[in-house]
Amino acid sequence: MATTPMRLRHTELGLSNEQVLDMYRHMLLARGVDERMWLMQRAGKIAFIISGQGHEGAQVAIAWPMRRGIDWMAPFYRSIASTLTFGMSAEDIVTAHLAKRDDVSSGGRQMPGHYGGAPYNIVSLSSPVGTQVLHAVGIAMGAWVRGDDVVTMTQFGEGTSNQGEVHEAMNFAGVHRLPVIFVCENNGYAISVPLDRQVAGGSVAARAAGYGMPGIVVDGSDVLGCYAAAKEAHERARRGEGPTLIEARVVRLTSHSSDDDQRRYRDPSEVEHLKELDPIPRFANELREAGVLTDEIDEAIRAEIKAAVNEASRNAEARPDPVVDDAHERVYAEPIPGGGTPVPLEPIDGEGAH
Amino acid sequence: MAELNIVEAVRSAMDEEMERDERVMVLGEDVGKKGGVFGATDGLFAKYGERRVLDTPLTEGMIAGAAMGAAVYGLRPIAEMQFADFVYPAFNQIVSEISRLHYRSNGTFSAPMVIRMPYGGGVHGALYHSQSNEAYFTSTVGLKVVAPGTPADAKGLLKASIRDPDPVLFFEHKKTYRLFKAAVPDGDTVVPIGKADVARTGKHLSIFCYGFMRTCALEAAETLAREDGVEAEVVDLRTLRPLDLDTVLASVEKTGKALVVHEANRFGGFGAEVAATIAEKAFEFLDGPVTRLAGPEVPGVPFHHTLEDWYMVGPARIVHEARKLAAY
Repeated sequence: MATTPMRLRHTELGLSNEQVLDMYRHMLLARGVDERMWLMQRAGKIAFIISGQGHEGAQVAIAWPMRRGIDWMAPFYRSIASTLTFGMSAEDIVTAHLAKRDDVSSGGRQMPGHYGGAPYNIVSLSSPVGTQVLHAVGIAMGAWVRGDDVVTMTQFGEGTSNQGEVHEAMNFAGVHRLPVIFVCENNGYAISVPLDRQVAGGSVAARAAGYGMPGIVVDGSDVLGCYAAAKEAHERARRGEGPTLIEARVVRLTSHSSDDDQRRYRDPSEVEHLKELDPIPRFANELREAGVLTDEIDEAIRAEIKAAVNEASRNAEARPDPVVDDAHERVYAEPIPGGGTPVPLEPIDGEGAH
Repeated sequence: MAELNIVEAVRSAMDEEMERDERVMVLGEDVGKKGGVFGATDGLFAKYGERRVLDTPLTEGMIAGAAMGAAVYGLRPIAEMQFADFVYPAFNQIVSEISRLHYRSNGTFSAPMVIRMPYGGGVHGALYHSQSNEAYFTSTVGLKVVAPGTPADAKGLLKASIRDPDPVLFFEHKKTYRLFKAAVPDGDTVVPIGKADVARTGKHLSIFCYGFMRTCALEAAETLAREDGVEAEVVDLRTLRPLDLDTVLASVEKTGKALVVHEANRFGGFGAEVAATIAEKAFEFLDGPVTRLAGPEVPGVPFHHTLEDWYMVGPARIVHEARKLAAY
């Protein structure tokens, strides 16, 4: 078979056929887990879901150059695909959404979508948006102070790009050329408010210039384009040349969350055509044209993903719920009197002591 | 035993901890070459270099948030708020992130870090360089809050705070920085967090205080003894959270009377927690109303010296309140 330009594209980036298929597999796994959790939400098993559908291409590609167990990530609430790429398992993700005792992120203490995982170098996330960007910069500062070869990436939406903490973080990283990759996943909507009501000038990447770092705009549905930008950013960081801001223009295929209905504020024709912007079929086509993906391989991968998602959700559901007796624990790393210790009260109406 | 003032004690603690543990770093505004606006980090930049003694941009939120990230990474950061009054841009990070990290991650992450908070009035700093804002933080679960009143405690408690596995807000009263020198034990002397100090024993009433109020309360106690024959016990809480309940209650059980003193305003202040706890747990021992003496209910310390003098809680007011309480 003749070499096509597409085939050249991934090999020129140093990616093998196996690696691009593995990227494709991660995207499908993220989508499969995501879709399964919507079903579980509809079935009343999961209280809430905030989706990453449409972001998978950018997330897998940008997390791909990061070294597992070495590099760090401060995620945001759509980070299903990137946390999977960083090493979390599908079962970890579903277990967290079910708020089970064994949830690696929080032991059932946080809402779904609040990713974190100490074994994976994924720092715990809260709900007020943008706070995690400072944590990423702090981790990078720690590595810089210690002279460690560690890169930290963080993700946030274009709405969050307006938070002062994000600007403080980018400025500080720029001043000291800290090894950070700032990833803005711009899906055009901050819940309901569109980009032109959120970002003056319309470009998050343009803001990088003010902080002395490159600001790169990538098509977030172009997996290899995202990978190329992330690889360069990762190498820059490791060379000591400082941070990069990558603005990935992605598509939000779902409503903001399971508590939202995007038909209230998005044009019906826009909603109708969202699927055409889906990064997964686009990457599949690219891999087919490159001669990497065939029907047989695709079917095999999809069957494998389906089985993995089934197993993950089955195992997660079988895990025990948290217990009230444990709710006072781990308030302080070193327990103190009056903090994190139960005040002995008689249970009221069958409830546990508070 | 070296004779040090409080700012020297603070500096000495940081210097020794940086010497013994290379994970310890300092970050804040002007902490580098200048050595901090109060001189607390003087000399550390030259000794440990610009990475471990890091001048940050003017962004308190970043100072706190990046310190948390560094703590997560494995460092032991000491973040300096130039004035406690400037902490509010960092409030989100301290109250919502740093305090909750351990609990929300089910104990898998923690934030061993110190935030130094130069606080307090009487320094001609007006509304925005005089605040005693400890109550915002003492009411936040997940934080420890320390407020020393002597050079020895400043040094020993700061060492303990730096080594503590949890986030500690360390309140240093600015007026005490160079107010007096006192003996500080040589060598690696750590004062444990969570232990109050009975600064003066007495039998007629207990005065609970911290920070600069220790000095004021001790002076008041001497006046009371001399002029009234009233022997006041002065309990320097030293740590506000966790509160040393055993020492507090033991003192009330002995004297039957409690006067809680702080410079911050009264309503919802830290004294309310101390007073309520005494009322709940030592009711049978009380022989007078649990009394609070606190700063006035105005939004801050006003500037002109007559106004500032009006604001400040000092020995004379403590004597006045103590006499009323002692008369019961």
